[in-house]
Amino acid sequence: MEATITFSVNGRPAAVTTDPDRPLLEVLREDLGLTGTKCGCGEGRCGACTVLVAGKSTHACITPVGKVAGQEVLTIEGLATGGKLHPVQEAFLAVGAVQCGYCTPGMIMGLVGLLRQRPHPTDEEVLAAMEGHICRCCGYAKLLRAVRRAVQSQGVAS
Amino acid sequence: MSTDFRRWADGWNPTSDEEQSSTPVDYHLALSRRQFIETLGAGLVLTVWAGPAVAQRRGTRGGFGRVRSIAARLHLGADGTVTVLSGKVEMGQGARAELTQAAAEELRLPADRVVMVLGDTGLVPDDGITAGSRTTPSTVPAVREAAAAARQLLVQWAARQWGVQPDRLEVRDGRIFEPGTARSLAYADLAKNAAAVKTLDAPVPPNVTLTPVSQWKVMGTSLARPNLRDLVTGAHKFPSDLTRPGMLYGKVLRPPAYGARLVSIDLAPARALGDVVVVRDGDLVGVAAPTTHRARQALELLSRSAVWEETAQPSSREIFEYLRRHARGGAPKNPFAQELGQARKVLRATYHVAYVQHAPLETRAALAEWNGGKLTVWAGTQNPFGYRNELARALGVPAEDVRVVVPDFGSGFGGKHTGEAAVEAARLARAAGRPVLVHWTRAEEFTWAYFRPAAVIDIEASLDAQNALSSWFFVNINSGPAAIETPYRAGKARSQFVSSESPLRQGSYRALAATANNFAREAFMDELAAAAGADPLDFRLAHLDSPRLRAVLEEAAKRFGWREKVKRKEPDVGVGLACGTEKGSYVAACVEIALDRPADRIAVRRVCQVFECGAILNPENLRSQVEGCILMGLGPALREEMVFDKGRMRSAGFERYRVPRFSDVPAEMDIHLLNRPDLPSAGGGETPIIAIAPAIANAVYHATGQRVRAMPIRIPRTAKAELQPGVIA
Repeated sequence: MEATITFSVNGRPAAVTTDPDRPLLEVLREDLGLTGTKCGCGEGRCGACTVLVAGKSTHACITPVGKVAGQEVLTIEGLATGGKLHPVQEAFLAVGAVQCGYCTPGMIMGLVGLLRQRPHPTDEEVLAAMEGHICRCCGYAKLLRAVRRAVQSQGVAS
Repeated sequence: MSTDFRRWADGWNPTSDEEQSSTPVDYHLALSRRQFIETLGAGLVLTVWAGPAVAQRRGTRGGFGRVRSIAARLHLGADGTVTVLSGKVEMGQGARAELTQAAAEELRLPADRVVMVLGDTGLVPDDGITAGSRTTPSTVPAVREAAAAARQLLVQWAARQWGVQPDRLEVRDGRIFEPGTARSLAYADLAKNAAAVKTLDAPVPPNVTLTPVSQWKVMGTSLARPNLRDLVTGAHKFPSDLTRPGMLYGKVLRPPAYGARLVSIDLAPARALGDVVVVRDGDLVGVAAPTTHRARQALELLSRSAVWEETAQPSSREIFEYLRRHARGGAPKNPFAQELGQARKVLRATYHVAYVQHAPLETRAALAEWNGGKLTVWAGTQNPFGYRNELARALGVPAEDVRVVVPDFGSGFGGKHTGEAAVEAARLARAAGRPVLVHWTRAEEFTWAYFRPAAVIDIEASLDAQNALSSWFFVNINSGPAAIETPYRAGKARSQFVSSESPLRQGSYRALAATANNFAREAFMDELAAAAGADPLDFRLAHLDSPRLRAVLEEAAKRFGWREKVKRKEPDVGVGLACGTEKGSYVAACVEIALDRPADRIAVRRVCQVFECGAILNPENLRSQVEGCILMGLGPALREEMVFDKGRMRSAGFERYRVPRFSDVPAEMDIHLLNRPDLPSAGGGETPIIAIAPAIANAVYHATGQRVRAMPIRIPRTAKAELQPGVIA
């Protein structure tokens, strides 16, 4: 059964007429052309599909699009403002914390989500939040450096 | 050495992991200029197009990538860029940066003016498969030679114009100039001059002079991946992100188990959906739909009516007996009876290694589009030319009518050599009359992609009266011969690979059998050291001739503080070391582990690894590879294994198949890259994975006094100290 679902994506209104059970991830990628959000497992266990829904890190692959009606969705494409990268993106860039890059958008969004909820997280909170993100290249050592740098720059920025 | 390829993934030869390119085929560019520019995507236009010069020279095996002309390798742009073409691909290992450095160095051009086109069979020379750590020793030199030859020819051309000797001229910043005069010509100027460009139709001459390491300005530096920014903004299009006008999303019906055969199926309910193309084409049953969701619904309808006939399949609990029973020609006998008879001590042990999956974060993805009888496929593969040939064979079209384009994709680890998803997409697209994208699910990738082979390894060795190795006999059943030869001196030594009947489809993997062989060898060396009453480090050094291997081992032991740490006795804490060499590079690791018995977990607290692969091309990229290898290696060392039962994969998801995560990162990782500018550069993306597992096994012994002889390594619970992988606990 199709329905028209309206929500906001990256600050712009979106309306899709579709099966409300479809995963948000597939609507973003297939209907709205926002392919920055990746599908790594489709079962909420790798974090590649992480977006913010109402400011909270969310697995888009297991979130029915009907559930985000009326909500604000932020994807990796909406993170930079006016060509200026978000401090978390800057940190990943500066450290070079990217191997294949497929986990990168989800990692960045997961960290942005954490920092929105907890602007000054402890190391334990950071690690707990990042535990849900898989980097199969296992670039975790540099990712940790980027994460720490991002957390510090967030502290400075806010 | 006997091999059988029936159960190995297509195109992969276990006897020679680096010789993997497909049968060479002469190739002529069949695309119009318009198509070609369109496919390159936004922002990139080859401003000089050499036309017929791009026609492929015969591909060379092993990725040597010799091209017929310099123009087949690089093009001058009127905008001051130089476009460089290579058949290698980027999947996170750093080829794009290193090949960019190679070209920039020899062209005397800033790296940001090199545009690197990779993995498009319609454009690039066949540099062989991206595997076997061959980009660094083969393709980097091939690109350097072409770039250096281009620079030298352009200098000669400029010298002729100016009536001076070429050796009076210098090149800097993409500009040829005569010192002391105002004369200069930029590559951008030359790009507009047909006669200058024509000089690049020449072949790369033999013995081109390359820039010596001491004068490197771009090579040897940590150039970041050129498209890094697009990866942090989400702008980069991975294969699974691509769309084409009218494209449908494809899915294929999978059997419920290995070896199951479709007996009957009712296509009507899926067809009744109306907007779904349902395809039955020989053994392929699949769908193509406007959305992935719709395709999934259609597939669900199909699977309801599908009737399958299953065959008997072995299970992981019995896999090692099965592989041994099916060893071709049986397990060979130790030929060193005399040494065994005269030995002070004889030791024998058997080691087991479970099947593991690569589990690249981007699963197999391919987008196929037919245009008349011609096929273009965009896909994530390590083997663009082999993929093209596989598609041509599978679809019954000439190879020259197939073009494979490989955007930078989401990792491979040796797991993406074969073209399953592309063949499926092409068959669905042909039936649907529209482009089709097939992007495997995680469960499909875990189940139907090929595995790293399981191994049964028998070792028997003898010590003489001086506690020196008098004989060494090593047999690997099923998993391959990589790094099978022992680097340790022994009176007599034989190492053999015996193939078997793998019930699971198996193929390449990062370092492949080098991990299993080094695991067994290095764990057994510790057993021998204990039998000899020697320290594991001393026992190794006493049998080690290779100065490069000695150097990394001694350096790692020193940095780790081995001598002090090995003496310390703390309950359930242990240290271990291991070393090894493969593909021309050398690694040694020392680890400290702690057993968390309540959690049944082995925590790796400290890793010190020293790695040496000759002259380092890009230190930060190499560091990423070494760190990635260590952490990736923790997976199969400690947890990863495919559990299967009657042909069904029981751990086909990240919940049951646990790959390394942030919490697995050791508190201390001391990585030391030993630079040897005096030695040729070898690849560094594989060998750093082979030392971590045996070092952990040896540390478990140090902590418990019990040997572990299987990967994944588990805390020994019984006096027998050997648990089998493959058993569902």
